[in-house]
Amino acid sequence: MLSFISRRALFAAITILIVSAVVFAIFSFLPFDPASLTCGQRCTKQIIAANRIRLGFDKPVYEQYWLFLSGIFAGRTYGSGSAAFTCPAPSFGYSFNENACVTDMLRESLPITISLAVGALIMWLLLGIGLGIVAAKFKNRWPDTSSSVFVLLATSLPTFVTGLFLLIWVTMKWHLVPLSLNGYTSIFDNPWKFCVYFILPWFTLAIAYAAIYTRFTRAALLETLGEDYIRTARAKGVGERVVFFKHTLRAVLAPLVTMAGLDFAGLIGGAIITETIFNLPGLGRLTLRSTYEFDLPVVLATTILAAVVVIVMNLIVDMLYAVLDPRVRIT
Amino acid sequence: MSELLRIEDLHVSFKTDDGMVRAVDGVSLTLNAGETVAIVGESGSGKTVTSLSVMGLHKKGQAEITGSISLSDNGVFKDVVHLSDDEIRDIRGRAVSMIFQDPMSSLHPYYKIGNQLAEGYLVHNPGKKKEAMARAIEMLDLVGIPEPAKRAKEFPHQFSGGMRQRVMIALALMNSPQILIADEPTTALDVTVQAQILALLSKLKKEFNMGILLITHDLGVVAQVADRVNVMYAGRIVEEGPVDDIFYSPLAPYTLGLLKSVPRVSKNNERLKAIPGQPPSLINLPVGCPFAPRCEYKQHSSESGCNTTRPDLLGTSPTHRSRCHVPEKLRSELFAAELKELQA
Repeated sequence: MLSFISRRALFAAITILIVSAVVFAIFSFLPFDPASLTCGQRCTKQIIAANRIRLGFDKPVYEQYWLFLSGIFAGRTYGSGSAAFTCPAPSFGYSFNENACVTDMLRESLPITISLAVGALIMWLLLGIGLGIVAAKFKNRWPDTSSSVFVLLATSLPTFVTGLFLLIWVTMKWHLVPLSLNGYTSIFDNPWKFCVYFILPWFTLAIAYAAIYTRFTRAALLETLGEDYIRTARAKGVGERVVFFKHTLRAVLAPLVTMAGLDFAGLIGGAIITETIFNLPGLGRLTLRSTYEFDLPVVLATTILAAVVVIVMNLIVDMLYAVLDPRVRIT
Repeated sequence: MSELLRIEDLHVSFKTDDGMVRAVDGVSLTLNAGETVAIVGESGSGKTVTSLSVMGLHKKGQAEITGSISLSDNGVFKDVVHLSDDEIRDIRGRAVSMIFQDPMSSLHPYYKIGNQLAEGYLVHNPGKKKEAMARAIEMLDLVGIPEPAKRAKEFPHQFSGGMRQRVMIALALMNSPQILIADEPTTALDVTVQAQILALLSKLKKEFNMGILLITHDLGVVAQVADRVNVMYAGRIVEEGPVDDIFYSPLAPYTLGLLKSVPRVSKNNERLKAIPGQPPSLINLPVGCPFAPRCEYKQHSSESGCNTTRPDLLGTSPTHRSRCHVPEKLRSELFAAELKELQA
């Protein structure tokens, strides 16, 4: 187990290194001067040149990359003398567009994206697995048919349509949920306000994912119901309810956990559309803005963060799988 | 010998898009305590469908079942065909148990062996967890699993195929049923393991005074363990009789065909004598004898009724009966000559 984790951690470190190097390289070789972003319209060549030196853009690419990497562990000081400023470790660089250390920007937006993703995950698991169970249990009867109508609708509606519909009808016409576009509150401060703030974004995301999970759960359950070991359970005299909710559902759990883990990781990378519609200042928005504005340090940081989340979630899923499926041994 | 199971005029058909599939078409047979009765036939002959009917494992609405299957539940006879779901469930695993063909896939991969066995006991004896686990370990020991208490805590994938089939047998015996249905219990196993499993079944049959209904297509298995044999073809029994009669003086052309198609080690490298043609589709069975299109003995039929009427299950001996239009005397002479030639 320990060797498994340390080996995987090593692979993860290598992967992250490669990802960061690639992103770094892409932005370094663009025919574009990052130092020119540092001052506004009335910019002189001297200021740009000074800033270039201050931010280290004058150094060779590999040295810049090294400074970036060491900054993560040691923090980084830009410039010297009275103009010097420091981003403490872990420093992912300094964004001149926003005049802020990237780490602080991440610290602000990450809780929002995590809240969005976790809430949506819980919602779509409940909704998707629940509907999948109902559909499988009542195969080819009306609950199954109506769930497939839901699946069809939810998969064909893009999130920007469901999101806008929810905003227009639920908030503006029916006034069921108050409009709280700028009111992010931490769950630890005010759980109720937190839920009100996130309910519509959660729902928007959850609907899209729930459709996939409904279909998957239904298909997996029906397939498992045809397995030999289910027949064995029936032959033992086990009742239909136990056959379904114990023997069959148990077998479907492991692949569901895998799927959920990877989908969740994808969401942390940023639910750009949902965050935009509901004006959530999360990671997705941050990524989008920084890409538009060539804000290299932020792009680099969000990309690495997304890679880390995917890798860590993969690791967790693998370990969970070993817990859920006794045939899988992690060594 | 006390009777444990009596199937009378069992019909099982399935509705499909192409029409009704008559999988079992008027099967009658009996099983007594301490006896092994074999049902032999090729794939699709209806032998597994028959056995699943005894367990009441056909889905209601999917299968149409008529006739009667009365089985002894501690001496009280119950007709499985007409029982409610709950009543059948109460019988399953307690009065009648079943061993399946593929031990690799018949055990739940996610639950420990001991728990899977114990569940079989708990279903019929709710709340007795300790007894259930003790019983599970006892049964594992009985079927020859070494260190049963330790192995009970392991998962199916830690067992070999033969060991898993032993576990399946242990599972079937958890509630000491009187009737054991073994559906191709050795088909998926190595030959050496096959013999062990068959020997184990015979031993347990004596110990529990069970009746075993053995479903198989393997004549070697039949010869080894069966007391009486029912040969099935296209959903019907075409020959029934004591095992020696079936092997030494078969009366149905199909049985003879099966015997002839068993590979033999002989000096002259002959080709295998397979039965020509295919078994008929069970949708829209032709009138007449279902075996007629493949039968080599049609010309000996005096009434030439092979293509127009279905033969009845008849015989000069009350224990050995068969379906064929060719007069029995002529048949036994013809077949005896062929068997002699085969053994030479």
